[in-house]
Amino acid sequence: MNVPGPEFQYQERLSQGRFEIQKCAGCGKHVFYPRVLCPHCGADRLAWVAPSGRGVVYSSTVVRCKPADGGDYNVALVDLEEGVRMMSRVAEIAPETVRIGMKVKARVAAGLVEFVLA
Amino acid sequence: MRGGIAVAGVGLAGCGEAPGWSETEIMAAAARNALADAGLTTREVDGLAVASVNIFLVGLSVAEQLGIRPKFTDSTCVGGSSFVGHLIPAALALQAGLCDVLLVTYGSNQRTGVGRAEAGKYKMALDPQPFEHPYKPFNPLTSYALAAARHMHQYGTTREQLAGVAVAARKWAQLNPEAFVREPLTIADVLGSRMVSDPLTVRDSCLVTDGGGALVLVRAERARDFPKPPAYLLGVGAAHWHRQISAMPDLTVTAATESGRRAFGMAGLKPADVDVVELYDAFTINTILFLEDLGFCAKGEGGAFVASGRIAPGGALPVNTNGGGLSCVHPGMYGIFTIIEAVRQLRAEAGARQVKGAKVALAHGNGGVLSSQITALFGTRDVL
Repeated sequence: MNVPGPEFQYQERLSQGRFEIQKCAGCGKHVFYPRVLCPHCGADRLAWVAPSGRGVVYSSTVVRCKPADGGDYNVALVDLEEGVRMMSRVAEIAPETVRIGMKVKARVAAGLVEFVLA
Repeated sequence: MRGGIAVAGVGLAGCGEAPGWSETEIMAAAARNALADAGLTTREVDGLAVASVNIFLVGLSVAEQLGIRPKFTDSTCVGGSSFVGHLIPAALALQAGLCDVLLVTYGSNQRTGVGRAEAGKYKMALDPQPFEHPYKPFNPLTSYALAAARHMHQYGTTREQLAGVAVAARKWAQLNPEAFVREPLTIADVLGSRMVSDPLTVRDSCLVTDGGGALVLVRAERARDFPKPPAYLLGVGAAHWHRQISAMPDLTVTAATESGRRAFGMAGLKPADVDVVELYDAFTINTILFLEDLGFCAKGEGGAFVASGRIAPGGALPVNTNGGGLSCVHPGMYGIFTIIEAVRQLRAEAGARQVKGAKVALAHGNGGVLSSQITALFGTRDVL
């Protein structure tokens, strides 16, 4: 246990502006969120890889919020090209215009992964 | 396990508003009512099953509050489905002779309790969910909204069809004097109510109430020694595939497909054999998903199924006959109320909302964000 756990390592990379996910050396599948054991095959050989960043919106909602509290915002589930899904948001367009099936691309903003139209 | 145990008593307490009552006190009041229904007192209880998302060491707290020394305690918490899930260890413990009278109880002061918002912040700090919380989902609602949006995209389900679930629940609630909200509700009312997280409005969402419920479980061989007609457990199955919505493999298919298959398999029954259905309707999309996943209609056809009035009073399939979490009661975790209403229907004591001749009832619990799914089938002595 000389090195920190996978969540810590993920956040550390993100704080340096790098978005990386895991890939299992046992079954070859990608993994997100970062785990200790591969959720597909149980192997403990998970290595960090940089995803392409390309993804598709799997589902999307607008969380309604008073203007005084920051206004409405988007929450989306995005499927990455590597076959993993993550919660995120689609930025730079009005939240209610985000559509399932939209092609999007990841970027790191303020230590968080978000997506913009590809 | 089929037919091995039965419900001998059910009870409610503080449903709606119970100002000045702590959660363990509501659990004790519900326990008293369920035990009285079974002609028992706390002196006969030697098994306990409880769950809470607020009380640390809840099994100990509730036993202490009741003054009982259980020989068997289960306090598994998998969210609102927990109390349906408690049927499994309860059946094992009763049938193994570890205990003879097992009490399942739940209570919450979610509506009137003080300091709950503050406590919520601490709970979030202790359980941070770093891969979802930074995006500020208004959970649990946003997670269900994402599932509803996907179902609409994939199957053409409409907001009107979702609203049909809320309207049917309200029509049942209007027949139930114990339901918390009984005013008329139309499709237009639901569509015009405040949007919270698209496509779900406040009227697509369960109530926030206080309340508690309890069950008394015994071995089937002595079930007829109690005053009320027993409801026998015919089958039960539990499954969970994820905790967070972002980890759910397909947002249109829940683990109810698996829990239901196993419950029906154990019972030797099929959906067409079920007379009355009690589903955990935290949000309107739940009812549609669970009707599909439990086999009452095909995947993707749940919207049309509910829109036809089929699940409302007078329809072919009575669903959530107490008014459900949407209109009857929803004190944080609703699972136990699905069983209580199923038992009342099987005893033919449901008054104006009674489903005539009900012999088989299904109770389905949901926990987390479509995460834990637990299905139970109960029957009268005729179907044992």
